[in-house]
Amino acid sequence: MRDSPRPKLAVWKLASCDGCQLTVLDCQDELLALAAEVDIAHFTEATTTDLPGPYDVSLVEGSITTPADAERIRQIRADSRTLVTIGACATAGGIQALRNFADAAEFSAAIYARPDYVASLATSTPVSGHVPVDFELRGCPIDKRQLLSVLSALLAGRQPRIPGHSVCHECKLRGTACVMVAHGTPCLGPVTQAGCGAICPSFDRGCYGCFGPMATPNTAALVPELMRLGTAPGDVRRVFATFNAAAPGFRDVRPKP
Amino acid sequence: MSADSESRGPAWLLPASGLARLHDSLREAGYQVIGPRVVNGAIVLRELSSADELPFGWGVTLAPGGYRLRRRADHAAFAHSAGPGSWKQFLHPPREQLWSAHRTPDGGYSADSAAASDAKLAFIGVRPCDLRAIQIQDQVLGAPTHPDSTYASRRSSVFIVAVNCTEPGETCFCTSMGTGPRAGRGYDLLLTELTGPGDHTFVVEAGSAAGEATLAGLDLRPADPGAMRRAQASVSEAAGKMGRTMHADGLRDLLARSHDAARWEDVASRCLTCGNCTMACPTCFCTTVEDVTDLSGDHAERWQSWASCFDLDFSYVHSGPVRSSGESRYRQWLTHKLGTWHDQFGSSGCVGCGRCIVWCPVGIDITEEVAALQAELGGPEAGE
Ligand code: SF4
Ligand code: SF4
Ligand code: SF4
Repeated sequence: MRDSPRPKLAVWKLASCDGCQLTVLDCQDELLALAAEVDIAHFTEATTTDLPGPYDVSLVEGSITTPADAERIRQIRADSRTLVTIGACATAGGIQALRNFADAAEFSAAIYARPDYVASLATSTPVSGHVPVDFELRGCPIDKRQLLSVLSALLAGRQPRIPGHSVCHECKLRGTACVMVAHGTPCLGPVTQAGCGAICPSFDRGCYGCFGPMATPNTAALVPELMRLGTAPGDVRRVFATFNAAAPGFRDVRPKP
Repeated sequence: MSADSESRGPAWLLPASGLARLHDSLREAGYQVIGPRVVNGAIVLRELSSADELPFGWGVTLAPGGYRLRRRADHAAFAHSAGPGSWKQFLHPPREQLWSAHRTPDGGYSADSAAASDAKLAFIGVRPCDLRAIQIQDQVLGAPTHPDSTYASRRSSVFIVAVNCTEPGETCFCTSMGTGPRAGRGYDLLLTELTGPGDHTFVVEAGSAAGEATLAGLDLRPADPGAMRRAQASVSEAAGKMGRTMHADGLRDLLARSHDAARWEDVASRCLTCGNCTMACPTCFCTTVEDVTDLSGDHAERWQSWASCFDLDFSYVHSGPVRSSGESRYRQWLTHKLGTWHDQFGSSGCVGCGRCIVWCPVGIDITEEVAALQAELGGPEAGE
């Protein structure tokens, strides 16, 4: 992707649980292949190596919740040719975006003895709310195969191809009978973006929506069906208020009792 | 039974216990035998290791967006209507490698087309609607002008045991589409299931030389007129038990002038654009291809997988999708399936199996949408 033989890869962490970085490490066999193709310039979960920029590809985990990170992401962007955000935190603000719907100062006061020592923002926001992002990889955590396909595409100079359709596609392709239709289990799959391989329905659970909204989610049409299957209105709100609570399509769910 | 199968020789009676022999002789002949089986709350199509795995004594209760197994009073093996899967899973698989290529040491590359599987498939329990659906896919994917070579090769060795329908479901409308409940041409063997107190037998007819050859190993006796009458009657009764109706006359023209119908907006407000209907449908055939490389860039593969017209990427051309609204995508599904399919392939694309009604998570009912369009736009069937 550039003249130098080995591109520089950096993996960054903002406000997050490290789960997506662990997915990078979880690549196991492919990790050696990856290490053969790139120089890992920064990746605190894996190495103390810390090379200066510019970086060919930066993977960014985590959301922006502090003034310091709001600054840091500008520098990361400035140092990176291609910036890919990974996971629900970086792409939608994560579960910590629940603070967006409440008074964050009140939380601080209730939890910390000296809230004045805590420098945090009133909201948790996706990286794309601060700097231009080249590609977003969804999930809580991200899917290893999707990560490898994005990295392989970028190394080959191809546009990554990650579908924006529903989890239902993956149920049908793998031959899982729909848990909503066959078992009456409420499922967020029809409004959630594919990518996980429909793991939860294949274990008889409804999808929890950890990959966030699909390309054109018609959440308003799914909500009455979730309620018909026995989900109480308060629980409908709660089930959308998780990993992708602040994502458009999920954040405005207002079930009518 | 049907006028043209009568010409194919005599009908026989096979006791239900004889299905085991039929299954085993197909396996001995080198077939991978696929049929209905209960798996995790649904009757799905899977490889059968013995005829005992058939869903004896299971029926289904169907509704828009609802599917439940139920115990039957009898031991019927084929008295259940369409399940979540269809035979296209095997003939036109969800995901398939088309070719792969490797960089060679001299800086060139070598390419291999994916090896077509040489497995011979035998399908047991193909319902009349699904038999017709296979023929519709034959026309699309196997037509001699531009055949899909892997489809054509898989299809050429398929052995079909069809079963006349004696128990339509709440969402079935094959009589409206002219595809059942009596099987048309295209089977190797045709069964009609007879159940009664202390009795479980099948009327068996051969529809091909291969089918006839299979009869040789079975414990058969000639079908008596009484059994033939019972078989006739139960299939005729099935025709009167369809849970749904669609007035199919004139649909091609109706849909051609439906572009601005108000109903599209109405259905789009309910439709999730999830794509379940197209993937459950036994005739939908669209695919997309994707090229993938590995991290080293020395190995590349091309994969084909099912695609849906409800997918935004489906109509993506330079700079964006042509069909971005839910209206336009639902309209595409219906107008192709019931309208322009006639222009392309000379028939409707719908066989009346009811899968899209059952497996739509929000229960959108194709027969209801058509009736609403007919009422809105007028024409021969208006107001019905
Ligand atoms: S189980 Fe969920 S994701 Fe799978 S097809 Fe049903 S609604 Fe869609
Ligand atoms: S099925 Fe849904 S909740 Fe489960 S891992 Fe996948 S996206 Fe997450
Ligand atoms: S009609 Fe039903 S199954 Fe089809 S895309 Fe719409 S909601 Fe999904």
